[in-house]
Amino acid sequence: MTNPYQPQPAAILDIRPETAIDTTFRLAWDTPPSPGQFYEVSLPRLGEAPFSISGIGDGYLDMTIRKVGRVTEGIFALQPGDHVYLRGPYGHGFPLEQLAGKRLVIAAGGTGLAPVKPVIQYALAHPERFNGMEILLGFRSPEDILFREEIAAWQQQAPVHITVDRAAPGWPGKVGVITELLPGLDLAPLDQFQAVVVGPPLMMKFTVRALTERGLCDDQIWVSYERRMSCGLGKCGHCKINEKYVCVDGPVFNFTEARWLID
Amino acid sequence: MHDTPSETRRVRLSCEEADILLDNLAAHYRLFAPVRLPGRGRFSDQDAIRYAEVHTVHEIEHARRSHFSPKEILFPVSQTLFYLMDDALQEPQDDPRDMLVFLRACDIHGIARLDDIFLNNGPEPEPYYARRRARIKLALLECRHSLDEHCFCVAMGTNRTDAYAMAVRCDEGQLLVEVRDDDLRPALPASAAPADFTPEFPTADPQPVVVPDADRLQSAIRDHGFFAHPMWADYAKRCIACGRCNTHCMTCSCFTAYDIAYTEQPNAGERRRVWASCHIDRFTDMAGGHAFRDENGSRMRFKTMHKIHDFYQRFGRHMCVGCGRCDASCPEYISFATCISAISRVLEER
Repeated sequence: MTNPYQPQPAAILDIRPETAIDTTFRLAWDTPPSPGQFYEVSLPRLGEAPFSISGIGDGYLDMTIRKVGRVTEGIFALQPGDHVYLRGPYGHGFPLEQLAGKRLVIAAGGTGLAPVKPVIQYALAHPERFNGMEILLGFRSPEDILFREEIAAWQQQAPVHITVDRAAPGWPGKVGVITELLPGLDLAPLDQFQAVVVGPPLMMKFTVRALTERGLCDDQIWVSYERRMSCGLGKCGHCKINEKYVCVDGPVFNFTEARWLID
Repeated sequence: MHDTPSETRRVRLSCEEADILLDNLAAHYRLFAPVRLPGRGRFSDQDAIRYAEVHTVHEIEHARRSHFSPKEILFPVSQTLFYLMDDALQEPQDDPRDMLVFLRACDIHGIARLDDIFLNNGPEPEPYYARRRARIKLALLECRHSLDEHCFCVAMGTNRTDAYAMAVRCDEGQLLVEVRDDDLRPALPASAAPADFTPEFPTADPQPVVVPDADRLQSAIRDHGFFAHPMWADYAKRCIACGRCNTHCMTCSCFTAYDIAYTEQPNAGERRRVWASCHIDRFTDMAGGHAFRDENGSRMRFKTMHKIHDFYQRFGRHMCVGCGRCDASCPEYISFATCISAISRVLEER
C-alpha cells in the first residue's frame, strides 16, 4: 500500500516578496494541479500545513505565503536551492469547463486572490475560450496589494477594479469594501455570467449576497473555502462542514452546495 | 456481514478451559479486552476500565462498559506517521501480529463507522488504519441487557450484530462461547462441552431516546434556522470544551498531525498524529488567527449534527452508536442522549 502522507521534495527556485508580510515561493514541480487545488507542505520537524497555489507554470508552482506560524516561519528562513516537502494536489479546483464561453466576474479579497490568480491567468491566456472578464479586488490597504506586476499586466487585457478598506491620504484609488464595486458592473445579459468569489468568510458572504441581489443565480456563483486541513484525504475532520469535507468535496464549491454549508 | 459460517461451534468452558482457549488464541493473536485498573479512575478510590492486552479470562471486565473505547487499538491516541531523520522520512514498522478484540455490539458497529471515515471517505484508504484493521478479528462481549443508565444502543439500532468471529458470555464462573470463524475454531480445547449458546442482545434502553428523522432535521436546518435555536445557548453555558465526550467516543476519529524534534538530537524527530476534536480549543484555528465555532454551544451543535445527521447524509447510517460513553464521561453532566431527544422534541413542536 502506498503511503499518501509521504511527501516529495521540491526545490525553491525563486523567492519574491509581495508585501511586507507575504512572499511568493516558486517551487520546482513537474505535475501541474488544476487551479484552485491545494497541497500539504511540510518541513521535517516543523510540521505540515495546507497551501493554495498562486501560480502554475512549466515545471514550477508558486505559493504565496504569509509568515504566521512554525511552518511558514521555517519556509521564510529558506533560500533558493533549499527544499520544502509537498504532497497533493488535493480537492476540486475551479470548473474551467463550466466557466468556458461565459463572462467571468472574479471577486477576490486579500490573500483570497492567491488561489484565483491561476484562473485569471488562464482566462487571459485563452481569451477565445471566454466571453470577457471583470476582476474585482479588495485589500486591507494599498500596502497589502499582492501581485502588483501581474495586476498591471491584467489591466491591459481586462477591467480590474481595486478597492482598499483604508488608505493614507494620497491614495488615488477607491476606498471601501469590495461589494461597493458591484453596482458599477454591467451584468447583462445575466445568464451569460459566472462569478468566482474567494476571500475571508465575511467578504464571501456579502459579495455572494450582493451578486444574488444583482440577479445572479446560485449555480452561477463559485466559492473556495479555506480550512486547516491536516490530512487532505477526508479523514482528519478539520475541514468538515455539515456532511461535506472541504478537502475532498471542495475547496471550490458551487454556491448551490455552499449555501448550505453553515459553520 | 458474514456469510453463514460453515460450522459454528457453541460450547461451555470451565474457567480452566477458558484460559486454555485464550492461551491457544494467544499463540496467534494479541488479545485485547476491557480490564479494570484499580485506583486509576477519575475520582479517588475509583477504578478505570480501559482496553489492554489480556492473557487470562479473569482479567476481562465483563460487567461494565470500558471508560475509553476500543478505538484506540485501531487508532491510537498518538501514532507516529514518520520518523524524521535530517531530510529523510521513514515509515515506522507496526506490530505485525494479528489481534483479537473483545468488544460490545455497539463498539462493533462503531468500528464500521471508523471504517467509513478511514477506509471509505476521500480518495483512498488511510494506510495506518487499514493495516491494523486488516489484522483484527472481533469477539463479541455479550450484553444481555443495557450495561447501565447511559446506554442507548437500541435507539441507535446498534444493539444487535452478527459481524463477529466469536462471542462470549460469562456465566457463573464459566464461559459460554460461540465460534463462527474457521481460523479460531481450532483454539477451542478438546474437552469443551457442547452448549446451546447464541448471544442475546438488549431490546430496550433504560431511558427512551428519540432519534430525529434525518431528512426532517435537514429541513429544519436549511429552512427554519435550527442552528440558531435557543437550545444550543444552554450548552454554551454548560459545556467547558474539555473534549472528554470526543475522546471517550467510539466513533470520534478526528486527528491533527504535527512534528516534533528530539531535544537531545534536533536533527531527528517524528511526524505524529494525535487525537483532535471539535469541542477542544484550536480545532479550527487557521493561519492568521481565524477560527470557526468559538462558542461551546456551537461545538456541541456541530458534534451532535455530525453524530445524528451529517454522517447519515453522507454514509446512510448514523455515526453515533449509543454506547453512552460521552454521557458517562462529561464532567458537566451533559447528556448527549437527552440532547438527541430534545432535538426530536423541537422538531415536533415546530
